[in-house]
Amino acid sequence: MARTPSFLAYVRRDVLLAYRRLGDTVAPLIFFTMVCTLVPLGLSPDPQRLSEIAPGIMWIMALLATLLSIERIFAFDFEDGSLEQLLIAPQLIALPVLAKIVAHWLVTGLPLTLLSPLLAMTLSLPTSAYPAMLLSLAIGSAYLSAVGAVGASLTVSLGRGGLLLPLLVVPLYMPIMIFGTATVFYAVDGLHWSGPLAAMGAMLCAALALCPLAAAAALRVTSA
Amino acid sequence: MVTEVKKWQWFYRLGSPRWFYEITGRWLPWLLCAASLLLASGLFWGLLVAPPDARQGNSFRIIYLHVPAAILALVGYYIMALAGAVGLIWRIKMSFMVMKSAAPIGAALTFIALFTGAVWGKPSWGTYWVWDARITSMLILLFLYLGVLALQRAFSSAEMAYRASAILALVGTINIPIIYKSVDWWHTLHQPATLKLTSASSIHIDMLQPLIVMICGFYVFYVVALCLFTRAEIIRREATSAWVRALVSNESSR
Amino acid sequence: MNIQFASFNEILAMGGHGLYVWVAVTVSVAVLAALLVVPWQSHTRALNQVRLRLERHAGGSAEEGVD
Repeated sequence: MARTPSFLAYVRRDVLLAYRRLGDTVAPLIFFTMVCTLVPLGLSPDPQRLSEIAPGIMWIMALLATLLSIERIFAFDFEDGSLEQLLIAPQLIALPVLAKIVAHWLVTGLPLTLLSPLLAMTLSLPTSAYPAMLLSLAIGSAYLSAVGAVGASLTVSLGRGGLLLPLLVVPLYMPIMIFGTATVFYAVDGLHWSGPLAAMGAMLCAALALCPLAAAAALRVTSA
Repeated sequence: MVTEVKKWQWFYRLGSPRWFYEITGRWLPWLLCAASLLLASGLFWGLLVAPPDARQGNSFRIIYLHVPAAILALVGYYIMALAGAVGLIWRIKMSFMVMKSAAPIGAALTFIALFTGAVWGKPSWGTYWVWDARITSMLILLFLYLGVLALQRAFSSAEMAYRASAILALVGTINIPIIYKSVDWWHTLHQPATLKLTSASSIHIDMLQPLIVMICGFYVFYVVALCLFTRAEIIRREATSAWVRALVSNESSR
Repeated sequence: MNIQFASFNEILAMGGHGLYVWVAVTVSVAVLAALLVVPWQSHTRALNQVRLRLERHAGGSAEEGVD
């Protein structure tokens, strides 16, 4: 009888798999960069105006980039049958699901966060707002991964390339985006930005506790 | 043992599509009468008899459609999620059918609330759309309904569609208070409160009475529509069962 | 319990807000009516489908009535 792999082993496996499919993994980051380039072209290159909308733009683009990649969180495992293996295993599948969420954040949310100062610079975001932006994006993208996993688990057996997943997930993303942008706007205005950030932290804790359970239940339904 | 069975009998009866179909068939005419009576009298009272608002004149009369629709849209989401939860926990197919039926009704009521809100906004705010906290929350609620509807239609297996959309409805239910709170907070952040339409406490009693009639009317109407949708779903799902066949052949022999 | 308006034209005008009020009422009532008509139609359609299937089977095999 095979030993059940530990939580970290699951995370390691998924990060490794993402590394092997580097093209797919990097695509959301390139998307993030490219779409941020559209903003000055579409609106105005005026630094003053750009800096006013930069927090919102960064957050919306990060959200879209996550949305682009969230489908893959279960898709590959569904295609090669390892998801089915996971579901018959006599153990709590919420834990491997949580591991998948963490791995997805490590290969999408974290790089997005690390990339954001570069883009913030091109959008003339005041430097004083960088810590707030980094923290809000780091926490927020983890929330996006967790909630997105529920949507992905509901649609995993429906095939790829559908627009259904964004339809399910975007309304659930709205609250975190409100707090995320507010954190950065507060920092730009020189206010204490710990309030909205704390709200984000609370939401992330709740999501990390509940989303794996919901996603696990959904996986049992949709890919049985 | 026997008492135990009796105690739970109603629960299992409720879970029987046939029983639901027959009992609602008997009640529906009465419920429909009650709904039309309440809605007709409420509309007459609200549109023609109630005094005009001091500030907004007669445009405030839209409240008699806007507020009941908004209430039922929100309540409807909870009804849908509750039915889905009952279905998931006790594995009752009937409950899933109710859940599926609640989605289009809720979406339609949300649409009514948004539409009447926009039309009302023109004379009172001078614009059809403002990013007001309540309107924005309502729009997100419509998106949540549309998500459930889309997911229901995406699966080829009815059973899978039931379960998946029930889970989505439950996730949405947890999110609704968060959405409302965050949108509320977001609104105070970005603009000071514009013209307040009506605060419930300040509404005059002559205006409140027809509103209560309309809210009751919408509740009864909701039950009627839910029964109608569920009955259609029952026939579709139970098409091969003996009782539906007997029902059909009895009807055609008559 | 008096009607606030003196004539039918005044009811239509609603003190200048008639267009808004009546558009809101018409659309709402139409949507509510659709919520009754749509399930009613799909109910009849479902019953008709069962009837068609029964008739087809009645013409075909005689074993059908067992269950």
